Amino acid sequence: MSLPQILFLVVGVITLGAAVAVVTSRNVLHSAFLLALTFFGVAVLYVLLDTPYLAAAQVLVYIGAISVLIIFAIMLSRKVAAPDLVQRNSQWLLSLIVAVLLFGVLAYLTLQTAWPAAKQALGVDAIGGLGEAFVGTYALPFEVVSVVLLVALVGAIIIARER
Amino acid sequence: MVPLSWFLVLGAALFCIGVYGVLSRRNAIGILMGVELILNAVNINLIAFWRYRTPDHLTGLVFAVFVMAIAAAEAAVGLALIIAIYRTRNTVIVEDVDLLKM
Repeated sequence: MSLPQILFLVVGVITLGAAVAVVTSRNVLHSAFLLALTFFGVAVLYVLLDTPYLAAAQVLVYIGAISVLIIFAIMLSRKVAAPDLVQRNSQWLLSLIVAVLLFGVLAYLTLQTAWPAAKQALGVDAIGGLGEAFVGTYALPFEVVSVVLLVALVGAIIIARER
Repeated sequence: MVPLSWFLVLGAALFCIGVYGVLSRRNAIGILMGVELILNAVNINLIAFWRYRTPDHLTGLVFAVFVMAIAAAEAAVGLALIIAIYRTRNTVIVEDVDLLKM
């Protein structure tokens, strides 16, 4: 077993363990911190996939912004996020069965398929190519996404504003 | 060399954990965390397929960046809605928010 494989297994186990704890923890605040750990594990996986730019973006956007936003929201609704509250609804067992079945089907199909084994050589400069794609081929979607982000943030301020 | 199928199985597992979180949580913030897990699983798949199948075309990478931006927008709007609901109804338990239910 090579070093990347060992790294993948270690990081994968940590990521999935943290993710399971996120959805099962009784304390929502613990869930939020474990969510940040999950995001960090995914960032390490991006490094394993030769995309350090996306790993940096993952750390900045997900850990730096989204996790902190979620923790803020929990703090602002602290009273109802008390640890003694039941966090599962009545259909949790059905949900568990559905999730496990879905994973069984997906994993079975993935392992049945004969994927080409090795990575192809990275012919292009990924970061430079990404920058060129954003102002070239994908210029319009890129601008649309930036407008969507702006509208969402303005909308969030208006919705959450004290009236 | 890590095989592609490892990444796909990990993505599938993360996706299903997120689905379970969305379906079983009573807390609206918990549901939002499940959605974030799902979007991360999708991103792992997109980037893994890009890296192993079409490294010369950057479509998968570009799409992953778009998913990230949309996830940030979704988190901002979702949490603003949760805070607005908490302010008016004094709860974040989704079962208690049934204004539209006849």
